[in-house]
Amino acid sequence: MTANLHLWLIPLLPLLGAAINGVLGKRFSRQLVSAVGLAGSGSAFLYALWVAAQYSAIKAAMPIVETLAPWIQAGSFRADFNFQLDQLSFLMLLIVTGVGFLIHVYSVGYMWDEGGYYRFFAYLNLFLFFMLMLILAGNYLLMFIGWEGVGLASYLLIGFYFTKDSAANAGKKAFIVNRIGDFGFLIALFLLIQHFGTLDYAALATKVSQLGVEAGWGVLSIIGVLLMVGAAGKSAQIPLYVWLPDAMEGPTPVSALIHAATMVTAGVYMVSRSHVIFDRAPQALMVVAVIGCATAFFAATIGICQTDIKKVLAYSTVSQLGYMFLGCGVAAYSAGVFHLMTHAFFKGLLFLAAGSVIHSLGGEQDMRRMGGLRKEIPWTFWTMTAGTFAIAGFPFFAGYYSKDMILWKASQQSMILFGFGLLTAFITSFYMFRLWFMTFFGERAPVEAGHGHDDHGHGTGHAHESGWFMLLPLIVLAVLSVIGGWMVGGGDGFEKFLTPVFGAPAEVAEAAGSLSEGAVSAMATVAFLLGFGLAWFLYVRRKRIPAQIAENLGGLYSAVLNKYWVDEIYAAVIVNPMVAISRSVLWRGVDQKIIDATLDDAAAGANQLSDEVRKMQSGNIRSYAAWVTAGAVVVIGYMMWMGAAR
Amino acid sequence: MVPISYYLGLSAALFISGVAGFLLKRNIITIFMSIELMLNAVNLSFVAFAAQLHNLNGQVFVFFVMVVAAAEAAVGLAIIIAVYRTRNTLNVDQVDLLKL
Repeated sequence: MTANLHLWLIPLLPLLGAAINGVLGKRFSRQLVSAVGLAGSGSAFLYALWVAAQYSAIKAAMPIVETLAPWIQAGSFRADFNFQLDQLSFLMLLIVTGVGFLIHVYSVGYMWDEGGYYRFFAYLNLFLFFMLMLILAGNYLLMFIGWEGVGLASYLLIGFYFTKDSAANAGKKAFIVNRIGDFGFLIALFLLIQHFGTLDYAALATKVSQLGVEAGWGVLSIIGVLLMVGAAGKSAQIPLYVWLPDAMEGPTPVSALIHAATMVTAGVYMVSRSHVIFDRAPQALMVVAVIGCATAFFAATIGICQTDIKKVLAYSTVSQLGYMFLGCGVAAYSAGVFHLMTHAFFKGLLFLAAGSVIHSLGGEQDMRRMGGLRKEIPWTFWTMTAGTFAIAGFPFFAGYYSKDMILWKASQQSMILFGFGLLTAFITSFYMFRLWFMTFFGERAPVEAGHGHDDHGHGTGHAHESGWFMLLPLIVLAVLSVIGGWMVGGGDGFEKFLTPVFGAPAEVAEAAGSLSEGAVSAMATVAFLLGFGLAWFLYVRRKRIPAQIAENLGGLYSAVLNKYWVDEIYAAVIVNPMVAISRSVLWRGVDQKIIDATLDDAAAGANQLSDEVRKMQSGNIRSYAAWVTAGAVVVIGYMMWMGAAR
Repeated sequence: MVPISYYLGLSAALFISGVAGFLLKRNIITIFMSIELMLNAVNLSFVAFAAQLHNLNGQVFVFFVMVVAAAEAAVGLAIIIAVYRTRNTLNVDQVDLLKL
């Protein structure tokens, strides 16, 4: 048995930071707030590194479960405050604290001039606390606390500029859409308790692994699908993805940390964590794969036409998350988690770099008013280039390894999934290079007079490079985006690392018609080159063509531009009827006519009764005397009558 | 020996006249005296029963009643003086501010 690692300390460190900044931060100077915020996240990262340094010593003992205290005990059901460290949570721990710390550093530079500086760092640390609870929890119930907590932190941070209506609404939308997903998650937990009587990962794994693979729709399949509903809410998958693009109302570091690198990947983590269940529920796995694949493709097509730099990245995130679910859905959990890790690097980087671009232009987010920034902000340009090549799948960059691995695993399962995945890879490459070319190449459109809707009001004059607090995280993440793939030994090395968690990968016989890994890599590289070439052709060489295409396609173009009207459809089918019913039935009917009316009438009745009764209290002593006498007469009369009757 | 019914009849007569005065009179002092009358009517029946039953409890109780009555008289008269000073009247029908 190895020494106690005191895993519970890891989430506690950022919580302390959040508490100090949240309670006292208002009186602190900005320097002190930054120091506390960085200490909260940095110490968690250092602790994670300390744990990592002992990896070879504790490897054999994994999964390590440390029980801090009993929590709930009801009948035969029991849930503890226990923390579990195995290869999967170990990996997540490093990603979350590492990327989290880098983004904290970046935020010091990015948020320096914003109001509510202490609030921002308190929320950011709070988020880190809940996220660490989520990944270190040793049972589903504790995970659920983290799960809800990151939702709360996300809500607070999306609505950080709460005086802006759109930001406040986006926060609410994220929270409510997540609620729908959480409902599915909760039902899944109830079913787990009902059928297995425990939520503990280890105990559950023992019980579930005694069951065979379900042929049809058994209880495990239903639990799996419900878990996927929860994951779809948190990780922005069809049909619950609508909140993520709106979440870009939050400050850019938030988009990078919560809505790209860590929180939205919680669903992938949860599905991987539940692999024991999914392994025995092929139907549920199929649902996961189809949802992932559809989301990847669907969101990528929307990304083509967006003009807001952060919106492009948001849809790209949705699409990449779809990839991860596609990986999990073909039972290649390590591929999904691999992509989760590389995505945390390059998408975190892309968002931070986009933030740097936005910052350098004084708040401008529209790519049509960018251009030619290559020379003006070289550091941002080069780091963003690394991120763009990584996500697009340039050979030997991080995204290349993980995407290839998912595609290859998908090709063994179904050629349709593979085809859509490959198509998505091409679209990804296209829209990312479109962003890249529009932002950094060509000429900047002159600032039009009378257009001043950007929030900071500097206009788009000369762009200025960001400070070192912002550039350092960019550089670190850029390096990771480049080498993050082969650093861990590519897909195979990664898979080997996670084998203790997911079990050995099934040996696939090279059947006729199935593709070899090399062939998949070649095809993915071709997809990358095609996307790059097309973007170059349309946005550098023949700049007028996109407009012509848009004109010729007409309806299709406006469908994509308007995100297939999904928000409008949701509004018409779900939101508006719900509001109407709430207003006419629940508010005017149930609330006002039944609940309020009952109370009102009871109160009015008591009032009327008292009006009558209070007349007895006239203040006239002789009338009181008469009442006393009358009472005495009645009592005496009663007693005499009773006595006579006896 | 006077039969006990005589005492009880006298006691009842005194008590009823006390009640009547209590209800009908308007002067606070008269009302106060009516209350004393009722107390003494009860005292009379206590003493009568004590003599009849050869039990001293009734007589002891009378002393308690007299003590309470004396204390009540002291407090009550003080209140009456205070009322008269502030309102310049002893008519209870005009002292009716204590109401909602």
